[in-house]
Amino acid sequence: MKRIELTINGDLYRRDVHEHRTLLHVLREEIGLTGTKEGCGAGECGACTVIVDGLALNSCLVLAVEADGTEIETVEGESKDGELSGVQQAFDRHHAVQCGFCTPGMLMTIKDLLRRKPKPSRAEIIEGIEGNFCRCTGYEQIIEAVLDATGQLEEKGEIKHA
Amino acid sequence: MLERIPAAELRYVGKRTPRIDAKEKLTGQATYVSDMVMAGMLYARVKTSPHARARIVKIETEAARKLPGVRAVVIGEELDYRVGLYVVDKAILAKNEVRHYGEAVAAVAADSIEIAQQAVDLIEVVYEVLTPVLHPLDALKDDAPLVHPKLGEYDYMEAAFTPKPGTNIANHTKLRKGDPEAAFEQAEWTIEREYTNPSVQHVPMETHVAIVKWGYGDQVTIWSSAQSPFTLRNLFCTAFRLPHRNVRVVVPHVGGGFGGKAGIGIEPLVAVLSKKAGGAPVKLTATREQEFSLLPCRSQLTYRIKTGVSKDGKILAQQMTMYWDSGAYADYAVNVTRASGYSAGGPYEIPNAQVDAYTIYTNKPFGTAYRGFGHVEFHWGLERHMDLVAKAIGMDPLEFRKYNALREGSTSLTGEKIRAHTGNINKCLEAAENAVGYGTLSDAERQREAATGMKIGKAVVGLHKAPAMPPFTATAVILRMNEDGSVTATLTLTDYGQGTYTSIAQMIAERLGFPLEKVKIAFESDTDHDPYDWQTVASKGLLLSGNAAILAAEDLLKNAYDVAAQALRAQICDLDHDGEKIFVRHHPESAVSFRQLAIGYCYPNGNSIGGPLIGVGRYIAQGLTHLDKETGQGLPALDWTYGAHGMIVEVDKHTGEYNVLKVASVFDVGKVINPDAVRGQAIGGMLQGLGTATCEGYIYDEQGHLLNPSFTDNKIPTAKDLPLEVEAISVETPQVDGPYGARGVGEHSMIAVAAALGNALQNATGAQITHMPLRFEDVWRAIQRREPVDNWITKSPHGSCKSAPEIQRHGGEC
Repeated sequence: MKRIELTINGDLYRRDVHEHRTLLHVLREEIGLTGTKEGCGAGECGACTVIVDGLALNSCLVLAVEADGTEIETVEGESKDGELSGVQQAFDRHHAVQCGFCTPGMLMTIKDLLRRKPKPSRAEIIEGIEGNFCRCTGYEQIIEAVLDATGQLEEKGEIKHA
Repeated sequence: MLERIPAAELRYVGKRTPRIDAKEKLTGQATYVSDMVMAGMLYARVKTSPHARARIVKIETEAARKLPGVRAVVIGEELDYRVGLYVVDKAILAKNEVRHYGEAVAAVAADSIEIAQQAVDLIEVVYEVLTPVLHPLDALKDDAPLVHPKLGEYDYMEAAFTPKPGTNIANHTKLRKGDPEAAFEQAEWTIEREYTNPSVQHVPMETHVAIVKWGYGDQVTIWSSAQSPFTLRNLFCTAFRLPHRNVRVVVPHVGGGFGGKAGIGIEPLVAVLSKKAGGAPVKLTATREQEFSLLPCRSQLTYRIKTGVSKDGKILAQQMTMYWDSGAYADYAVNVTRASGYSAGGPYEIPNAQVDAYTIYTNKPFGTAYRGFGHVEFHWGLERHMDLVAKAIGMDPLEFRKYNALREGSTSLTGEKIRAHTGNINKCLEAAENAVGYGTLSDAERQREAATGMKIGKAVVGLHKAPAMPPFTATAVILRMNEDGSVTATLTLTDYGQGTYTSIAQMIAERLGFPLEKVKIAFESDTDHDPYDWQTVASKGLLLSGNAAILAAEDLLKNAYDVAAQALRAQICDLDHDGEKIFVRHHPESAVSFRQLAIGYCYPNGNSIGGPLIGVGRYIAQGLTHLDKETGQGLPALDWTYGAHGMIVEVDKHTGEYNVLKVASVFDVGKVINPDAVRGQAIGGMLQGLGTATCEGYIYDEQGHLLNPSFTDNKIPTAKDLPLEVEAISVETPQVDGPYGARGVGEHSMIAVAAALGNALQNATGAQITHMPLRFEDVWRAIQRREPVDNWITKSPHGSCKSAPEIQRHGGEC
């Protein structure tokens, strides 16, 4: 067991953790922040993406003890004072959520992307979210939501009538 | 149930509406079973078989049992239960013999997941490895080992299925229409070919997970990531011989299903662990690897089609033979066989038809329902075949489709009359045709070819599907008015991402005339508290539960009007209402609010009438029949949703690499209830279809070991795999018995995508591919005219895809 300190969404958490436990498991099971999901446990699907010291990464591939002393952002910190963030609102408008299991990780990846590229092109969005699997939406409405959130959506995606 | 309200007067139906569950999911607050923890909860792990077929000689559990923190260890021989959806053929843990790689042989519940895993590692299983039967065509041979020697002793649903004891055939579905033999005699052309596809995995982002508490007096509570709470309860109670009232199934948010969570899965195993651990709640979360092999997949299919065509291009006869690889257990595969059997000809009129569809046991992970329920698989062959036939007889493939399309006055394979309101396949085909500029290349496309050196190919394919369900499929919705005049609906159709709940909320708001904000659909389903629904499968939810919701709204209003009439001393026929109150139409100041009526109306002196307002809506599929087991004739279809995909691809003829430039997906949905939800289903399903078309598939070695149970070796589409342009188009031929004219579209978007790709690639390069997926190397191989081999069992001699079609013209071969 090792004592670690994590600052998560601005709040300090102090926990004694087993050295083999991943950051994902400590977040979900020991701190109770279950917004972040586990999709594969092998760093392949992106469902567990959180931001650690400004960098989006798969929390299933980080040992909690490695994250000692870091600042962590998770989906739980995305809305403030009961207001959804701009990206969350755009996801809501565009049906960029279906089952919702990839959504928390997807939001963190996009947050990281928008910090580096405040107005990413469609190609840059695709490149940015490539590591986050979504089995439901086919990504199109997610991409449109990001374009909309960054004021770049020229044509709102709509179903056409024959 | 068609509500003939002019579109201009609809307030919510057909309007862009955000999903009612989006905010909860966007904030990470939506609770899934994988997030749940109970007091005293134990964690389970499973020991799985490393062999495809083996006799279990001995299981040594002593060391595991002695490990501190282990609370229960179970093995198959101590359990006397069998589970099965249609054929009761599966033990909870393998007994005496393992039948597929990844099958559960022992399980442990412990204080922590680490201890449970350590205990599983300490369990030693001694196997006598046996030769597995892996290919369904091998399994049909006389000397094939029997996967289920006791098939004749199993219970099965006799009205629908026909197992053949003494063989590996779990079911044989037959269909006979007209006189195919005579029609083939008259045909100018006879064209035959075989098409195949491998097993694939659903890949819900949330793996199967369940928590079960086997309480005192055999009171069992199951929290599960399940699609169908009542079917789960029913199968569970049958397996454990428990009264239904003893068992409660709770389903909160579910992280995707796609059919893989439709029936019963890991719940019985978790239940026996809980029972053995003295009733402590036990949680089992499947690992991603277990999702591929412990849990079921989509069945492999070998589809042989022989088509007889007249001189002018009319299909006269078709013989369709399907070999469905069930894997080790029948599960849904027998019903996939049945449903795809009666739909096997696609949206085309086939006056003389013979279908023989076999479900065949092999020693592989077992097949289950998967979005499309067999139709993705057989449309791959069928829609490739339509192009083959058209080209062989010198007709444009799209013209050939339109010429043979089902239309008013046609009869389906089962003898159902197609009517004008059934839907319009040709309108779908034409919309797809226009969307991709079928038949020509635009100037921009020519320039692109010149600039890239790639060849552009286009294709349009058609599709159809009806819900595969028993004729007595039923559901109910209960609508309760809250004290403030808002309403809460409960139902056990589950929404694991499709968005049906939002559409149902729109319909309830529409029918009540209430603002949408006043309508809540309770997300957690609970068999103790909520009314029955058969299953959340088959794209039947919007139609059946939508109708039940409308009926519940009408019942609630009727009950409210009854009380209001007394309170207002008015006749019901003089009353009207808005979102707030019921009033006398010609004296609108004479009114009573829903708030006043919600829990019972109280007169000024305290006398009260009414009581809590509740509306009940029940709906059962109307007029369906069982199918005749010899001829397949009858009425199986609640509704038919027709559709089409248009596709544009560009191919590098030297390497086989290709890009999908555009997909336009068109569905006759009857009525669009929620435009963004329909679009999300259309695009999401299309990309899932494209995944199985381009890269997904199970690969086995010759001993039946699954070689690629991970995302590293079994890719699924990422954002980079999205075609450059995607378009979703709706056709609206109202469904007469559909809510506001709507019919289902959840599965259809995935169907026939692979064939569109195959046809477009062939149109660009001439490559003839009959096995999916179409990896770049497969395209290259086909361009080089190399034999396309079925290499999904590696080093296997099975070249089950015959590369050369058999094309015969009357009076001589050509």
